[in-house]
Amino acid sequence: MSVKKVHDKQPDTFEFTKENLVLAENILNKYPKERKKSAVMPLLYLAQNQNDNWIPLAALKYIGKFLSMPYINVYEIATFYSMYNLSPVGKYFVQVCTTTPCLLRGANEIVKACQKKISKNENTISENGMCSWTEVECLGACVNAPMMQVNRDYYEDLSKNNIEKILDSFMQDDPIKPGSFRNRKSSAPENSKINGNGINNA
Amino acid sequence: MPKITVNNKEIEFENGMTVLQACELAGAEIPRFCYHERLSIAGNCRMCLVEMEKSSKPIASCAMPATEGMKIKTNTEKVEKARKGVMEFLLANHPLDCPVCDQGGECDLQDQSLYYGFDKSRFKENKRKVKDKYMGPLIKTIMTRCIHCTRCVRFATEVAGVTEIGAIGRGENMEITTFLEKSMESELSANVIDLCPVGALTSKPYAFEARPWELKKTETIDVMDAVGSNIRVDTYGWEVKRVLPRLNEEINEEWISDKTRYACDGLLKQRIDKPFKRENGKLIECSWDEALNIVGSKIKETDKNQIGFHAGDMLSMETINSLKEFAKKLSIPNYEFREKPFYLNSDNKMNYIFNSSIKGIEESDCIVLIGTNPRHEATMLNARIRKAFVAKKIPIISFGDPGDLTYDYTNAGNSTEDIKKLLNKENESSKILLNSKKPIVIIGESALELESAKFILQGIKKLLKENNFINDNWNAFNVLLQNASSVGAIDLGFFEKDNSFNFFNKLKNNKFKILYFVGSDNLDFVKSNEFIIYQGSHGDRMAQIADVILPSPAYTEQNGLFINLEGRLQKSNKSTYPPGSSKEDWKIFNLILNNLKEDEKFKNFVELRTDTISKIKNHTDFDLLPKKTIQDLKFETVSFINEPIYVNEIDYYFSNSIARSSKTMSDCRAARSKKLNKITGS
Repeated sequence: MSVKKVHDKQPDTFEFTKENLVLAENILNKYPKERKKSAVMPLLYLAQNQNDNWIPLAALKYIGKFLSMPYINVYEIATFYSMYNLSPVGKYFVQVCTTTPCLLRGANEIVKACQKKISKNENTISENGMCSWTEVECLGACVNAPMMQVNRDYYEDLSKNNIEKILDSFMQDDPIKPGSFRNRKSSAPENSKINGNGINNA
Repeated sequence: MPKITVNNKEIEFENGMTVLQACELAGAEIPRFCYHERLSIAGNCRMCLVEMEKSSKPIASCAMPATEGMKIKTNTEKVEKARKGVMEFLLANHPLDCPVCDQGGECDLQDQSLYYGFDKSRFKENKRKVKDKYMGPLIKTIMTRCIHCTRCVRFATEVAGVTEIGAIGRGENMEITTFLEKSMESELSANVIDLCPVGALTSKPYAFEARPWELKKTETIDVMDAVGSNIRVDTYGWEVKRVLPRLNEEINEEWISDKTRYACDGLLKQRIDKPFKRENGKLIECSWDEALNIVGSKIKETDKNQIGFHAGDMLSMETINSLKEFAKKLSIPNYEFREKPFYLNSDNKMNYIFNSSIKGIEESDCIVLIGTNPRHEATMLNARIRKAFVAKKIPIISFGDPGDLTYDYTNAGNSTEDIKKLLNKENESSKILLNSKKPIVIIGESALELESAKFILQGIKKLLKENNFINDNWNAFNVLLQNASSVGAIDLGFFEKDNSFNFFNKLKNNKFKILYFVGSDNLDFVKSNEFIIYQGSHGDRMAQIADVILPSPAYTEQNGLFINLEGRLQKSNKSTYPPGSSKEDWKIFNLILNNLKEDEKFKNFVELRTDTISKIKNHTDFDLLPKKTIQDLKFETVSFINEPIYVNEIDYYFSNSIARSSKTMSDCRAARSKKLNKITGS
């Protein structure tokens, strides 16, 4: 992973919407007045949610002014953390986990499918503008490896047999239901009879 | 005092020291990259690893506080191995381009890898490549060489007070940059070049000019402002290649302003190297004899009352002294050094110097600025105020609006009425001032230009004296003069003492027949029929309207004495020789006297210097503050006029003839004004 590139086409202005301004004020209230800089991370996330899942430079400046902190410090934070996007992403932002457990369970097949279905390169929006994908580090669902996160949902227990169907559903703007694709309940064993036999917490 | 054992040697150290500092006390040298005495501790280069008893791992000595009974070893095999390991990692991504790197020969990485490093690399992979960043007209960046010590980031944030440099990305991909690669908006920006331990940030104007070992180094002082920063001038043949700071805790610590550092290319351009005379409206070259004859005959035929002398902003005391004696010999009463008519009271040395001393600013607990913008008028002094502000968050109050000073201050009003309130203890500021223990009140030239300047000066002095802020240990009364020659000229009495501004009135109403400008280019003056003699080093404003030009050396080309704004006498040394047929100023005066068949006052330079020193008020010794004179303070009641206080804007990068001739300075000015235009939208 290299330094995140700032997108070359940037909107001129950014401002929180009325609803987000209320949320931002609530976030600010959680911190002492003289430490309001601490709110920079939740505010960046708020800006990202408001602006189609990416943060434009105007928003960095806006937040810098909002918290009276130098622009460069906001910029440092936005480039340090991988979950802030500084370039536009697709409507469905596919994050494929490629850390060891997922990789052992075949994450590279998922990556290959993404390259085939969405775009050849990471962080590039598909031709129809629906999807973009990226490799990420562990998302904490190793028991259901391999897995990926699409916007706010986890798609787990993937394999080369079902991944293309799943990706197609995003490309057609008709997302499939998230969860395990081997019919597991959360991370319970496959073919578990937990619920069938009425035995809980076995 | 607590004790620590370093390499089996027990020493005492002060509480609050780090292990690294304690080791240095014990005489053990510890290599480091990120650690710097004047910056906060980062602890990220890991070069300063040492062995500590009862610790299985080596510790980073720069970040570890020293404690009683610690046993440190810096010369064991383990430490050596740790250093080699760190060095190998640092060099893994550092390019091997020393032969084309400007830092070569004065590079910390080069030196330390020689002493502490591994002789070969085991790193077989491709090296990282980083895009170079734009950081303004002064700083050249080769970011692939960066080892992420973050000294530059800390300097910009802590010392310069402009949080504009930062580290983006993380881990191996971390990169140092300014926000969207804007140039750094600070008058101290180029100090990051000295701080950079590798060749990542180097000097743009000096790029590929010379190697450090080829340069002749002369220790001297700076004349761009009245602070008198200590500098080292590096020359190659005739050319001044660069100016570097010299450590002086009392004045500039180890920083200098960008103007001090980079106006030096102005010493190579626009130089006057031969005498000139004006014929049919055009300046043409002539011989010294011809020029002297013209000057001599003109002076002879003119009424002495209609001749005026003006001394410039960068003249040494010897020059001013010889000029004054020259004027005296010819019985010419009109001479002046001020560039604008401002009030001066030279009865007591205390009335025109910075009495608290620059180092004293750090002890202060309240600072009041009256009509001054120290950021542009005395950059290094402003850095000291910021240092005090950062360390103790002291209250800073300003009368008049100086703009951004790199620290927070309260504006207590923009009229003299507000100062009256301060003197009558009627406003908030007076409470803060009177409740402090060691306040500093700084009166700038902008305030002295006011009609009520005398009222302010007397009133403040009285207020401070009455509240015992002027005593043997502390003097809170300060005047901030802007030019290197100012305090010296006042000591030598090279001005009209009655504050009637006759000189300026005559100048304005074109009453002079002859005007003799010595290195003076900043006067606000419109020529009508005067015969103008310009003696100086640069073909700047006055040389353009001159009728005779006499070439004399610039400040790096002759020895001289300067008194800085604190009253500290310092020697400026000749580091190179002047171009063409320039003659030293005092010699020119002698030649004119010879031409007029008069006796010369000074036969040689030693005589001149001895005479000059004897005229300095309260003189102690070189590099020392003057004797304190607080006993014989006189107070007068002065009438008050209510008027607004404007803080004069200074064209910082263009404030003197050398800076105006410098390409680097005009680049800086252009970069800054571009930014200003963007903000105002014009």
